[in-house]
Amino acid sequence: MTRWFSLTRLLTLLRKEMIQMRRDRITFAMMLGVPLMQLMLFGFAINTDPKGLPSALVAPTQDRFSRAIVSALELTGYYRFTSAGVSAAEAEALLARGDVSFVVTVPSDFGRRVLRGDAPTLLIEADATDPSVASGAISTLSTVAAQALQRELGTQAEAAAQAAQSLQVVVHRRYNPEGITQYNIVPGLLGVILQLTMVMMTAMALTREIERGTMENLLSMPATPLEIMLGKLLPYVAVSAVQVLVVLGAAQVVFGVPFVGSLHLLLGGILLFVLALLVLGYLISTVARTQMQAMQLTFFFFLPSLLISGFMFPYRGMPGWAQILGEVFPLTHFLRFIRAVMLKGAGIEAVSGSLLALVLTVLVLSLIALLRFRRTLD
Amino acid sequence: MSAAPAIDVRGLVKSFGGRRVVDDVSLTVAKGEISGFLGPNGSGKTTTIRLMCGLLTPDAGEGQVLGMDIRQQGHLIKREVGYMTQRFSFYEDLTIEENLAFVAGLYGLSPARQHVRDTLADLGLTARRQQLAGSLSGGWKQRLALAACIMHKPRLLLLDEPTAGVDPKARREFWDEIHARAHDGLTVLVSTHYMDEAERCHRINYIAYGKLVAAGTVAQVVKGAGLTTLVLEGPQTPAAARALRGMPGVDQIAPFGNTLHVVGRDGAALDRSARQVAQQTGCALRPSETSLEDVFIHFMGEARDNMA
Repeated sequence: MTRWFSLTRLLTLLRKEMIQMRRDRITFAMMLGVPLMQLMLFGFAINTDPKGLPSALVAPTQDRFSRAIVSALELTGYYRFTSAGVSAAEAEALLARGDVSFVVTVPSDFGRRVLRGDAPTLLIEADATDPSVASGAISTLSTVAAQALQRELGTQAEAAAQAAQSLQVVVHRRYNPEGITQYNIVPGLLGVILQLTMVMMTAMALTREIERGTMENLLSMPATPLEIMLGKLLPYVAVSAVQVLVVLGAAQVVFGVPFVGSLHLLLGGILLFVLALLVLGYLISTVARTQMQAMQLTFFFFLPSLLISGFMFPYRGMPGWAQILGEVFPLTHFLRFIRAVMLKGAGIEAVSGSLLALVLTVLVLSLIALLRFRRTLD
Repeated sequence: MSAAPAIDVRGLVKSFGGRRVVDDVSLTVAKGEISGFLGPNGSGKTTTIRLMCGLLTPDAGEGQVLGMDIRQQGHLIKREVGYMTQRFSFYEDLTIEENLAFVAGLYGLSPARQHVRDTLADLGLTARRQQLAGSLSGGWKQRLALAACIMHKPRLLLLDEPTAGVDPKARREFWDEIHARAHDGLTVLVSTHYMDEAERCHRINYIAYGKLVAAGTVAQVVKGAGLTTLVLEGPQTPAAARALRGMPGVDQIAPFGNTLHVVGRDGAALDRSARQVAQQTGCALRPSETSLEDVFIHFMGEARDNMA
């Protein structure tokens, strides 16, 4: 038995943590139930490419062209015409109230211009208070409208070509041609779920011992800070393995997220991320005095990491200072890593930056945690 | 008994937030001795004990516990000392057996299973070994805590108010256990509020407001306080108590059933006052032995005067 580390002592600490984890049924259920619930909730609920958005149609002249446009738009799935044949003023009010997301206006001279081949115009007004709501719908619009016109004007080839040309827009989406949000959300959810359970559980690790008065006893016995830390953290590596299995399984089976990268690389990166989270939680528990404080600190950390890591909003769309701040969170690097590996099939060179950031996080945080650990009750 | 004491600390000082909780405390406990540690609540007993087992580092002072330096060799002291905390501090969601196995593992006892089994049998816990610690009564919790503290065969036992909230029978059994261990050579430092427990110790140390006020055998401490005690007995003791209050030489007045104990430092003045009041109220007056409790209450009053 050496002074600094003993396997017997570590195994003893591990056994004790496992028994306590097993006896604490509610927490145990939470560790398995929460990820499943979140996966189902967020996986199905979050959609940055929403479809079937309520729309209004303003078409003073109901001719075959306007009907063609309307039916083509409805076929895209983005538009659901809830108010057809309203006046411009009524449509304006509907949009202002938020009753519709789009107002499609087909001018009275639309048909005449199409037949003349004279750059027909369509007016689409979108409720852009949530920009992501409109982007998909708008991007499909010009293509769809042009195709509709071409079909209608099949016999008048020259006019058709001219009319369609003026509406031509190229939309090119790489890695996710159909714009399926789940491809983006589900891998990210793995990061968020791991973050919530791992940081919170370990944040309470030491504060629980302090609150229950068992810390005094633990410190009076010959266990070293490193042994206590590993004893607290390693059981959660096992818990995280179960969570990863569940989420990755569901990603494949339920959400059909493609997986084109290397499994070994993916699992290695996930392990690094889990370690970073565990050490972070443990650091919180060396700072907090009570479980309540630990919980508050966890949430103080949790919300910004959710908002500026690129999970909720596009990372590159944020101002420079926010991107720099975002680099601090392990989740930011993990999201880059997992999306690159799962969806783009990136190799280790492509994600080495993110992996390095995670390794650094683990090392720096463990060092601070070990130094902060109060070996005495001072 | 060898010459080197089990505990030999000098001039210990510890402050929390600018308040001196332990102020220049020196303490010696001989090997195989049961030493009582007494004092009012918040007097620094727990802090002193924690300083000696390496849970706190002293601001000033030095000393040895079991021949090891308390500043440099705290990690070695931990292996040889059993510390029983004031509040039950084992895992309530573990069974008795699991708690003991945990302790055995941390001390590296081998084979752990055998040590646990022996300790369970030794303290009569075998039948309850599957019970969760949280579901035990105060007496059994205390027994588990004692078992966990002595399993690694420490040479020194530090007990911080071990019998608080424990019924008289369990207390008696606990003390029998302690005396048996001390007879086998174990040194014990035990803090307590109970006078009968203090009288079961070989020596006592009295601490008040962070300062060690008295130390020695019970008889030495009582004698050293230099108090005179008189007893008044009769039907008019309440009236006598009122009359005595504030009279010269009277420091303490305490009713015990139909009698009244009057205690004071100035024996002659106390005698004059008591005689006068006894005559007025028709009480009988007789001298008595000063009790340890009288001495402690006297110490507390004195220490408070010094603080002011």
